[in-house]
Amino acid sequence: MAAATGGGPGTERTRLASSGARAVTLRQLSTQPRADVWKGNIFLAVVLLAVTLALAGLAAIILQAAIEGAPAFSTKLFTNGPSTINPEDAGFRPALIGTLYLILGVIFLVVPLGVAAAVYLEEYADGERWWNRTVELNVQNLAGVPSIIYGILGLAFIVRGPLDLGFILAAGSLTLALLVLPTVILASREAIRAVPPSIREGSLALGATQWQTIRRQVLPAAIPGVVTGVILAISRAIGETAPLLLVGAATFVTFNPTFTGDNGYSALPVLIFNYASRPQEEFRVLAAAGVIVMLIALLAMNSFAIWLRNRYEQQW
Amino acid sequence: MEARDTIGAFGARGADRPLPSLEAPSPRYGEKLIKALLGAAAFLSVITTTAIVVSLLIPTFDFFTKDDIGLGEFLFGTNWAPTFEPSSFGVLPILVGTLSTSLWGMLFAVPIGLASAIWLSEYASPRQRKLVKPVLEVLAGIPTVAIGIFGLVFLSPVIAEVLPFMVNVPPFSAGVAGLAIGLMIVPIIASISDDAMRSVPSGLREAAYGLGATKMKVATRVIFPAAISGIIASLVLAGSRAVGETMVVLLVAGASPNLTFDPGSSVLTMTAFIGQTATGDISTGSITYDTIFAVGSLLFIITLALNLFAIRMVRKYREVYE
Amino acid sequence: MVGDTGLSNDPTEQLGLAGQPNEDGQLHTEGPKEDKGLTRQIAVTRETESGGDIWAKDKVFEVKDVTVSYGNKAAVKDVTMDIFQNEVTALIGPSGCGKSTLIRCLNRMNDLVSSASVDGEILYHGQDLYGPKVDPVQVRKMIGMVFQKPNPFPKSIFDNIAFGPRVLGMDDIDDRVEKALRGAALWDEVKDRLDDNAYGMSGGQQQRLCIARTMAVEPEVILMDEPCSALDPISTGKIEDLMAELKEEFSIVIVTHNMQQAARVSDKTAFLIVELDATEDNRWGQLVEYDETGKIFTNPRDQRTEDYVTGKVG
Repeated sequence: MAAATGGGPGTERTRLASSGARAVTLRQLSTQPRADVWKGNIFLAVVLLAVTLALAGLAAIILQAAIEGAPAFSTKLFTNGPSTINPEDAGFRPALIGTLYLILGVIFLVVPLGVAAAVYLEEYADGERWWNRTVELNVQNLAGVPSIIYGILGLAFIVRGPLDLGFILAAGSLTLALLVLPTVILASREAIRAVPPSIREGSLALGATQWQTIRRQVLPAAIPGVVTGVILAISRAIGETAPLLLVGAATFVTFNPTFTGDNGYSALPVLIFNYASRPQEEFRVLAAAGVIVMLIALLAMNSFAIWLRNRYEQQW
Repeated sequence: MEARDTIGAFGARGADRPLPSLEAPSPRYGEKLIKALLGAAAFLSVITTTAIVVSLLIPTFDFFTKDDIGLGEFLFGTNWAPTFEPSSFGVLPILVGTLSTSLWGMLFAVPIGLASAIWLSEYASPRQRKLVKPVLEVLAGIPTVAIGIFGLVFLSPVIAEVLPFMVNVPPFSAGVAGLAIGLMIVPIIASISDDAMRSVPSGLREAAYGLGATKMKVATRVIFPAAISGIIASLVLAGSRAVGETMVVLLVAGASPNLTFDPGSSVLTMTAFIGQTATGDISTGSITYDTIFAVGSLLFIITLALNLFAIRMVRKYREVYE
Repeated sequence: MVGDTGLSNDPTEQLGLAGQPNEDGQLHTEGPKEDKGLTRQIAVTRETESGGDIWAKDKVFEVKDVTVSYGNKAAVKDVTMDIFQNEVTALIGPSGCGKSTLIRCLNRMNDLVSSASVDGEILYHGQDLYGPKVDPVQVRKMIGMVFQKPNPFPKSIFDNIAFGPRVLGMDDIDDRVEKALRGAALWDEVKDRLDDNAYGMSGGQQQRLCIARTMAVEPEVILMDEPCSALDPISTGKIEDLMAELKEEFSIVIVTHNMQQAARVSDKTAFLIVELDATEDNRWGQLVEYDETGKIFTNPRDQRTEDYVTGKVG
């Protein structure tokens, strides 16, 4: 391990760690154990409080939406379109269908591209080459670019500019796909990296080519991990609102959208946002009901992804 | 050896079979094509970055030349009124608005996130870990619009009741927006810091325990310093996320470009300005359109710097321990 | 000669066969059960004395002045040795002597390490293994490899064996699988659970599965990189028995840190050591002595070999 042999970037860390260890020892020999026990207990209490707060925050978000939205929770949410004047009859139908289409488009684009890029970076790219390092740095950085910037990209490059698709659903889908692509790549890379090198060696030693090895050994073994990563990334796309504001997800679309129809489309989170920013209490209730619908879908997807991960975790 | 002359189970390949060629039987164009296609998919990330930069730069360039806004006026002006008459393009109020909400968010999220990470990596049993970590991941996956609504209809009224100075103009408040952002970034800090702390070699941990150190001391004086670069990375990434967050501030922070760090005040952030202004069907080439991109450029530069710094820190700790 | 179909399960008989180079069969009756290694060594020495020219066989590999480096650090320097057909050639030496590095050059597995480079020449039946037109994939088809840790694929037993023939476009997959499993003395143990995942097998079975997997693509040479180091003595014995049979069909090169194993299974043995430079900053492997196994273990030319095989160092 680099830390043990010293030299290079490891030295600093090792120094820190070992000085930490020494400080602990010295202190241990000079202070009274009783005080240490007390301090330890208080520290643990503080730490536990923090974890509880974090978990309570999650619970509060879900509970609040459930309680607030419960009165509006009915089949109308799924069958009716939006309304500016009549919150009792308003629903989310076109927005739900819009989100469904958006996500289908994202899956269609992101799965092949993301897995392909991940395979290239993990299996083919020589990390010493500058162009591969450039690609790698780009992916890592893109994963952290704010979603609203992707909205700007979508507006300037996809809706207008070079692609000039107009404010259509496909443009929204493409924007969201670019947004989650880095996440899918990073997650797929992790999954591919988790396949032990001995599997590749075994396959290559039999005279299989590199692609045969990847397609028949590495990818099948990495599928559960890839699927987990893709689900988590997609579930992120479902709730993304900011970029859609810029690429034309209008709010009051009353008809069911299509991929290329140029008379507008809507998406669930955008409509929720719109309802929520109205002053009337009824619309807020409606927004909360929409949040519940969204959270149920997300929780289901997340739970499935986590189940999948745990199921296949200790494979090697 | 007579045995060699006999034909065994694999006799087809005896000692005197013809010498096979070591050259490839075919040029394997398919393999090369596949590699090229996969490489192209990876290269798409470079294209995306380029596209982002180009789409930001051109209108930003227009903003400073065609629309004739001075760089000094933009960066150091203290009045943000791009759509009013007379207009003013001093970005400081919305930059400070962004910093303010992010700061309040970090103030809440850093202690909670780090404490959660310490608990996850040093105190939690494998079973507790297996339960809590996914729950935190779910929290990380909650759409920010939902967190914003939670802030608007729950946090804001409750806090206005308990700590009135936090909400001057109900229901909008930079501090409450910060709190909601904090909720959103806690899992980022907890999860990445936990990974960093767990990748500290267990030998170090065992050595410290072997010397009789308490759990708290091992955690704070051995593991924490050893994992510091990963922890810093988690904080910077969380900060970058806070700066780039749009929906929470659109819903909770209000829309007044006040140049203040007062948590009770309503502020406009850079992201909220973009989100609010770009929703309408603004025409390409108008000064409002260009303003969106100028603000976008500034936002991109800030988050780029934060991201690159975080990536460096992550690489540092990976190099050391992996 | 006995057991030429190589399917006997009696280990003593097979070991007798492994150390059976004589013409009169006399040593065979002397009881290989007592000390197999020793019996074998005497046998080989006697053969040499009786004038059999052991260096006149067909060569598989000619290794000439080979130096393998990772980056600019040499892992093993200036190795020259010939490896012969239908023999078991053992590479022994202390850890860090580069024996695994060396064996991985013989089927170009070192290509997978981007920093690795090979200087010198390795001829395979007279053809340069590192020639410009040589295709590593083609090389590995002919020169198979078994690794230190059993590395079955996460698939069924059947698919593990069938993978190689399938990707190489061979036919009669079912027959090949059965033949390979029989060849690796594994058929009787697994014939009723061919569809079970290979991860459910014991370590020794997994390693024999890996050997069977290699046999199924019908290579000419099988390289074994410490194939028994992760296994218990009984499994080790089974694999050693297997090697004795396999050399009828294949040429085998085996890396081992276990001297008794080299003595039991190999015909020729190469001994490598770790060399240090004056400042002790650089260390690399070097070939000390290469000879018939019997000679290496009873009458080595080099003092360092003697110290190592007698257990004085290492």
